[in-house]
Amino acid sequence: MAGVHVSTTINGDATEFVCHPAETLLDVLRDRLGLTGSKEGCGTGDCGACSVTVDGQLVCSCLVLGAEVSGATVDTIEGMAVGNKLHPLQERFIEHAALQCGVCTPGFLVAGKALLDRNPNPTEEEIRYALAGNLCRCTGYDKIVTAVSAAAKDVRKQQNRKKR
Amino acid sequence: MRYEAPTTSKEAATLMANAKGKAFVLAGGTDLLVRLKSGAIDPDLIVDIKRIEATQSISRTANGFRIGAAVSGAAMGNHSALTKAWPGVVEATNLIGSDQIQGRCTMAGNMCNASPAADSVPALVAASAKVAIVGPNGRRSVAAENVATGPGKTSLAKGEFVEAITLPKRAPRSADAYLRFIPRTEMDIAVVSAGINLTISAAGVITKARVALGAVAATVLLVPKAARAIIGTKLDDKALAKLAAACEAACKPINDMRGTIEFRTDVAGVLGRRAAKIAYQRAGGK
Amino acid sequence: MAHDTSFTNQEFKIIGTRPERPDGVDKVTGRARYGADASAPGQLIARILRSPHAHATIRKIDTSKAEKLKGVKAVLTSKDLPDLTNGNQGNFDILENCMARDRALYDGHAVAAVAAIDEDTAKKALKLIKVDYKILPHVTDVDLAMQDDAPIVQPRIRHNDAPSNIAQVSEFGHGDVDEGFEKADVIIEKSYKTEQTHQGYIEPHACLATVGPDGQGELWVTTQGHYTFRNICASLLGMELAKLKVTSSEIGGGFGGKTHVWMEPVALALSRKVNRPVKLVMSRNEVFRASGPTCSTSVDVKIGAKKNGTITAASATLRYQDGPFPAIWGMLGAMTSWACYDLKNVKSKAYDVLVNRPKVAAYRAPSAPMAAFAVESTIDLVAAEIGMDPVEFRIKNAAKKGTRASYGPTYGPIGIGPTLQAVKKHPHMRAKLGPNQGRGMACGFWFNFGGQTCTDLNIGVDGTINLTIGTVDVGGSRASMSLIAAEELGIPYDQIKCNVADTSSLGHNDTTEGSRGTFSSGMATIFAARDAIKVMCERAAKEWEIDVKDVEWKDGSAVAKGVRNSNLAPMTLKEIAAKSGATGGPIAGHNEVVADGAGVSFASHICDVEVDPETGGTKVIRYTVIQDAGKAIHPDYVEGQFQGGAAQGIGWALNEEYVYGEDGRLQNPSFLDYRMPVCSDLPSIDTEILEIPNPDHPYGIRGVGETSIVPPLAAVGNAVSMAAGVRMNHVPMSPPRILKAIKEKQAQG
Repeated sequence: MAGVHVSTTINGDATEFVCHPAETLLDVLRDRLGLTGSKEGCGTGDCGACSVTVDGQLVCSCLVLGAEVSGATVDTIEGMAVGNKLHPLQERFIEHAALQCGVCTPGFLVAGKALLDRNPNPTEEEIRYALAGNLCRCTGYDKIVTAVSAAAKDVRKQQNRKKR
Repeated sequence: MRYEAPTTSKEAATLMANAKGKAFVLAGGTDLLVRLKSGAIDPDLIVDIKRIEATQSISRTANGFRIGAAVSGAAMGNHSALTKAWPGVVEATNLIGSDQIQGRCTMAGNMCNASPAADSVPALVAASAKVAIVGPNGRRSVAAENVATGPGKTSLAKGEFVEAITLPKRAPRSADAYLRFIPRTEMDIAVVSAGINLTISAAGVITKARVALGAVAATVLLVPKAARAIIGTKLDDKALAKLAAACEAACKPINDMRGTIEFRTDVAGVLGRRAAKIAYQRAGGK
Repeated sequence: MAHDTSFTNQEFKIIGTRPERPDGVDKVTGRARYGADASAPGQLIARILRSPHAHATIRKIDTSKAEKLKGVKAVLTSKDLPDLTNGNQGNFDILENCMARDRALYDGHAVAAVAAIDEDTAKKALKLIKVDYKILPHVTDVDLAMQDDAPIVQPRIRHNDAPSNIAQVSEFGHGDVDEGFEKADVIIEKSYKTEQTHQGYIEPHACLATVGPDGQGELWVTTQGHYTFRNICASLLGMELAKLKVTSSEIGGGFGGKTHVWMEPVALALSRKVNRPVKLVMSRNEVFRASGPTCSTSVDVKIGAKKNGTITAASATLRYQDGPFPAIWGMLGAMTSWACYDLKNVKSKAYDVLVNRPKVAAYRAPSAPMAAFAVESTIDLVAAEIGMDPVEFRIKNAAKKGTRASYGPTYGPIGIGPTLQAVKKHPHMRAKLGPNQGRGMACGFWFNFGGQTCTDLNIGVDGTINLTIGTVDVGGSRASMSLIAAEELGIPYDQIKCNVADTSSLGHNDTTEGSRGTFSSGMATIFAARDAIKVMCERAAKEWEIDVKDVEWKDGSAVAKGVRNSNLAPMTLKEIAAKSGATGGPIAGHNEVVADGAGVSFASHICDVEVDPETGGTKVIRYTVIQDAGKAIHPDYVEGQFQGGAAQGIGWALNEEYVYGEDGRLQNPSFLDYRMPVCSDLPSIDTEILEIPNPDHPYGIRGVGETSIVPPLAAVGNAVSMAAGVRMNHVPMSPPRILKAIKEKQAQG
């Protein structure tokens, strides 16, 4: 099988790779680029542990071919913190004990960020439905929802500061 | 396996028609990649249609809406005019999977995957949607209910693919609705579903109706008897009961790990009633 | 083992606060490394060929074509795994489960394995392996497996002098139940069935194995017990313990399912065959088919009571399937059935039954939820029959200090009574219910375990501390251990860094299961800290030239006691550490212990549901967990355990089940159709932590991780009964089952 040569942008960095046509973006991230933050929980788009954004759109990277992201921008969990500064979601997850084993956490953070980027003032119900594509088996979701609400407050504050 | 991403429909059709071996269309990939990874399919060629301009957008014409085959559920949900005119079609599509799936899945893919439980199809059938197909011999238009021919099978010939789905011009006081039953609140395949599209008169009498049921037969069922049960009525309880009975009678479901025959039959009637009420209210009925 | 119980009056300074966990930043940035996140240069990718048949003789396996495929480096069958178990049947069963020998025992049973240069080649190689199966009749239902004409899963197993699938029968209880039933005014007898569920951890099994020609090896693996894994793998493969270094990766959930090896010996054997690192990761499909779900069961319960509410007799007959290998799951069910109650006449009889399904593993309070579903549902029925409030009925019969438990021991101070009193007072009980809504409550119990543990505590010259433990951290225990060490030493929490050692760096630690992590490692940490304190006091005494008996440890410093020493200023840990090089060398504390006396943990849950009477669709709309933790070291993590266990129990109650076809194949090995609760399915889960200290632990700690999964099945069932007017006796209470029950009730008029 001839490889596909892909030029793309990952977490802001220009990135090139060669992959098999049938290889998923998740496989490329983890096995070719060493970005193991996105996890494979199921491989069928049912658990969200592989969540990334492609051109700002939240997707399951296990259901995107590596070949498809030529020319696109891909953002993964590894790019969520800006240098030393954690995103409010990352801080609030730690503060509110919104993780136990932590394996679903990268997926939740990426999905949570996608939610707050389009709706920085979500209700509890909106949070729960927006995160319905991310499975957690440890927490029962309670502290995750609390953490996302708290981070939403931070994001609104940041936005108001920027407006002034 | 080869991956191609043509930029015109003609190119795509030619690639598909000339493929030696098995060729598959890739739009959102939320069904295709699952089948690929499970080994259910072994493609020789994958044709990604997302770079074709004709598949990429939603446009409003004098004859209704044209939704490109590569338009995602998320994009449809963000389109306020489409959502206003066809809330049932949009909510049906938006029920497919999670936000992650919504960022990728398409109505065209949902329809061509031809699962009996596909969410968008009952709403599209009730809406009298038409499917614009491009092939090596040119273009043709097919009614939504004539695309799937059985589980996993479509009426498309080799080399053909769906370029767009069109929804007809909306008459005033018209609305549609889609309901499905799933055991959880999200993330399940529909156990049974109902899509209803109707138009009412200024006095609130239903003048036109189409009722479609999903997941209760090998393909989506259009149930004219259920539509006749409510046409000419203001959706009183008697009409609703007749509608429900007609829905139950039309069902040809199977027992599987998602539902039993009795369950699907019972709930088809319940969802028919509930969807009719929602569509009626949306159309302005009281 | 009794301890100084002055802790009950002790004011904890750091225990019970909520600091941030040491692995937090790694886990929110994607830096933390789990089982599949490690790779080695030159590694091969392994894949396993699995039987598609529920029961079959393996006549022949032809691997020749696979071996010739370019890129394939090793192919393995049971021929490459000689029996080194020396008659140890338990180990042989493990070996046979990892790789079928002469029979495939379930759909998904491993029959061969390959290691190749990439996944694609490995998958192609599997397709080239030809297995000649002779299909045998199979049985997957626990009740059918007990019938005389059932296909026999293990020919060596006999019962009543004939080949049987009944591997073990156990009985517990005391008194005379026949007499007790005679005395009853009311008797309720009912049968229940629960379907098989899986722990559902989000991270599939994964490992990276390297074995060299010198017999030395390394295994990186997601596990709840890296020492246990080392011991088993080394034993099965004829390797020496000290030469197999097993490192626990971060673990992405276990709940008991990662306490057993499923494929790790195969990875090691492949690596050894070809002298290259081998990476082996299970797909989700394989996790469902070939790891260790919990039992499906069939349970009969009979309760007799007087009109005044006293239970006069209680008996249960339990039938639990273990998969194809004998185990004790039924026995555990029998032990837990009546544990919440103070009963004069009680009996439990359990059958452990073999079927052609995957080998059953522990799942959070294993065996207890199913028995509790049957018992707690029947308790509600008896209360209703007498006309007594279900909470009051339970209070009247609740176990207490001095009660002889139905499974044998006599209880010390326990929390069942207090949790029931807390239920009565809880605002949840007074919240208004709307149409089609109902409320139920139920109780639960788990033993909790101690076990072998050891811990090292090393003090750096700058006074910061490396705390090295051997229990895998499944949910934040590194933070809890640091809290405990900080409390003992009297220093700030963030002066301590807690790590989980690999098997070469610390002595044996039992698996993190049985809610033993905080209890056991906590105990060892306390004693290791006290060990280090002893050393530090000796150093201070030496420097001060006073008797070490006159030195005590207080608020993080060595303090000279007595009036004549009052001129000596306290010496802080930092000061002592700084001088350690000159005063006798590095300062450390160590402890090995078989932690004993893990306290039993009781819980009472309250659940509100809404049932759509036309579809049977059911949603939990409010949920409260009240549980006794003994002493909550880190309240956030205790709450987290309560909530997580409750969520699993709710999923089990409503929608999760293994669906087998007539052909004996698992029909739903995916997250699409194995339906675990998603975020929008659940409400907030309220928690109330009670603390009835465990007198057998220096801080009063009881295990907390497991009990929370026990009450939900019946709590939901009792709520559905009120909401929809139907009593469900089959779990999961999925919409088709509930709608059927509603329609049957309507038909009866």
